[in-house]
Amino acid sequence: MNSTVPSQTVPPALERLPPLAYRGGALIIALLLIGLIVVISGASPFEVIGRMFSGAVSTPDQIGRVVATLSPLLLCAAGLVYTFNAGLYNLGVEGQVTFGAIATTFALRLLYPEEATASILPPPLTIALGILVGALGGMLWGLLAGVLHVYGRISEIFAGLGLNFAATGMAIYLIFGPWKRPGVASLSGTQPFDESLWLGTFGQTEATPVGLGLALLALAVTIVVMRNTHFGLRLRAVGKNPYAAHVLGVPARRQLLSAFLVCGVFAGLAGAIQVVGVFHRLIPSISSNLGFLGLLVVMLVNFDPLWVLPVAIFFSALNVGGLQLPLSLGLESSLSGVIQGLLVLFALIGRGLAQRYAG
Amino acid sequence: MDSTQLLIILATAIATATPLIFACLGETLTERAGVINLSAEGTVMLGAMVGFVVAKTTENVWLGFAGAAIVGVLVALVVAFGAITLRQSQIAIGFVLALLCSDLSSYLGNPYVRIPGPTVPPAFPIPILEAIPVLGPLFFRQGDVLVYASYALIAGMWFYFYRTRAGLTLRAIGEQPAAAFVRGHNVIGLRYAYTLIGGALMGIAGAAFSLDFKAGWSHRHTAGYGWIALAIVIFGGWNPLRVAFGAYLFGVLQSLASVAQSSIQDVPTQVFTVAPFILMILVLVLTSAGWLDRLLSYLPVNARRTLARTLRTSPPAALGRPFEQD
Repeated sequence: MNSTVPSQTVPPALERLPPLAYRGGALIIALLLIGLIVVISGASPFEVIGRMFSGAVSTPDQIGRVVATLSPLLLCAAGLVYTFNAGLYNLGVEGQVTFGAIATTFALRLLYPEEATASILPPPLTIALGILVGALGGMLWGLLAGVLHVYGRISEIFAGLGLNFAATGMAIYLIFGPWKRPGVASLSGTQPFDESLWLGTFGQTEATPVGLGLALLALAVTIVVMRNTHFGLRLRAVGKNPYAAHVLGVPARRQLLSAFLVCGVFAGLAGAIQVVGVFHRLIPSISSNLGFLGLLVVMLVNFDPLWVLPVAIFFSALNVGGLQLPLSLGLESSLSGVIQGLLVLFALIGRGLAQRYAG
Repeated sequence: MDSTQLLIILATAIATATPLIFACLGETLTERAGVINLSAEGTVMLGAMVGFVVAKTTENVWLGFAGAAIVGVLVALVVAFGAITLRQSQIAIGFVLALLCSDLSSYLGNPYVRIPGPTVPPAFPIPILEAIPVLGPLFFRQGDVLVYASYALIAGMWFYFYRTRAGLTLRAIGEQPAAAFVRGHNVIGLRYAYTLIGGALMGIAGAAFSLDFKAGWSHRHTAGYGWIALAIVIFGGWNPLRVAFGAYLFGVLQSLASVAQSSIQDVPTQVFTVAPFILMILVLVLTSAGWLDRLLSYLPVNARRTLARTLRTSPPAALGRPFEQD
């Protein structure tokens, strides 16, 4: 590498390519790599794609599962739009989902004690309160990361990771300790709630109208806030240059804290939906890694909430389709994560190539 | 608890921390050059998987370590290309790679889950040194060649950083890349080189798990260790000796946790596996600049200065920032 003549590192012919060529080229390389990895594992790429697609959309049950994955994913992604636009990498989103789920479980156990035969309040009200407490729990965990970052000057990445470990530790402690099942405690989680406390579903599927409704509402609000409000504008100003924003009279601290707060509320809602809509109990991996997947979604769309929905649908379908692989082809379901990761990685690289070299 | 028991706990802690030493020092080297390799979680896990598979198929553990090192270099190459050449967010690229490599290790390593494989052969105590009271049994009767190699790595890296001209240049490209460039150093090339070497060490850390200290392969075999390595580097203030101390402290927490597991019945055992991670991050939070300054301001001036010098650390000034030489 010759450091004194940097302009010659790129052949002149390449310099005239339009940005789209770099992005398209990166996408093609990502697809080729995915194919290569599938071939290495001894399977046919086309068969795998076919099985994953049919595994996501063939039956109402499967479509329901895609929607059930989509709802918490959208909530996390919508929340992360705020933190990303404020210039924050909120890796703590996983913990915010988990703590929201813990809070919801706490509220439901309070309103429907184990020895009782019915909940103290009417079931719909109990569920609503449970979801509300979940949102508050997520908010608390988000604010905690925010306070550590804003007032403690700790990288939000490590504050978030630490709070993730703490939330998981707490969930495991509760599941094996105070909230253990009568009889034997196990990784399968707490005693399932009474069916009166389960969220209603679309037919016999796993998808809940309330979960989907909340998720779409959160995303719609986020789109409006980011495009049409002063708040969204100030958030982006702080994200682009906190010092300049401060000089121009935007209180950076308050903006950063509100980004953490909103993201925490949405992630907490996701955790609540996981408890009352999907698992009907608290399990150690209650977040199903959907918080981290939300980070990937928002990175792929370059923090623009308008594109979150299609990408989130696609990623949810990949997750559900991937579950078919062990059954039909004897492959590991984590291929969906490999595909998502490679697509996002090469989108970032394509964007970088276009910025650096495109004419 | 008598002194032999304590000695055993500490000696175990040193062995437990050994793979982490490799990962932490790899990250330290990378970050000293001004690049954050946030992919550690994935790199260590993929290194563990590839190391195990290569050692299993070739029936040679050392080829396993070589394979793991190559994987670490390749992942680091992506980080370096994205961060140094394309000037994209190092956090974004590293984080995506952390998730991607973890999933890749699960997918490709699936046929190798829970099967017996080769392990690193035991080594002998180091003669003469093992006779030193306390230190001998603690450090030099470990019976594992990787533990001894990690000592050499810690001392070697410290010497390189602070006692050689090349080490001075390394620190310069992490602190003042523009000044280093003006003095004729190839900042871009050196950053690439150190990122790749750091990646190799992280890959080796993975193989140290799967071929020695946590022998075998299972899904998410090294889950959590990459993230904790990143935290320990900050805790250790980017100084190889202090980073190693941080890794050993984590090892002590882990051994204490496994001791506590048997004596405290009320707390579920699974909590103890998470506890060291939480404690380590808490320590990081409490010792980082903001709180520390406030605490120190209550102390008398003399004590404040010495304490500040030993406790406070600052990251390489140009950490995470791309270098634009044109």
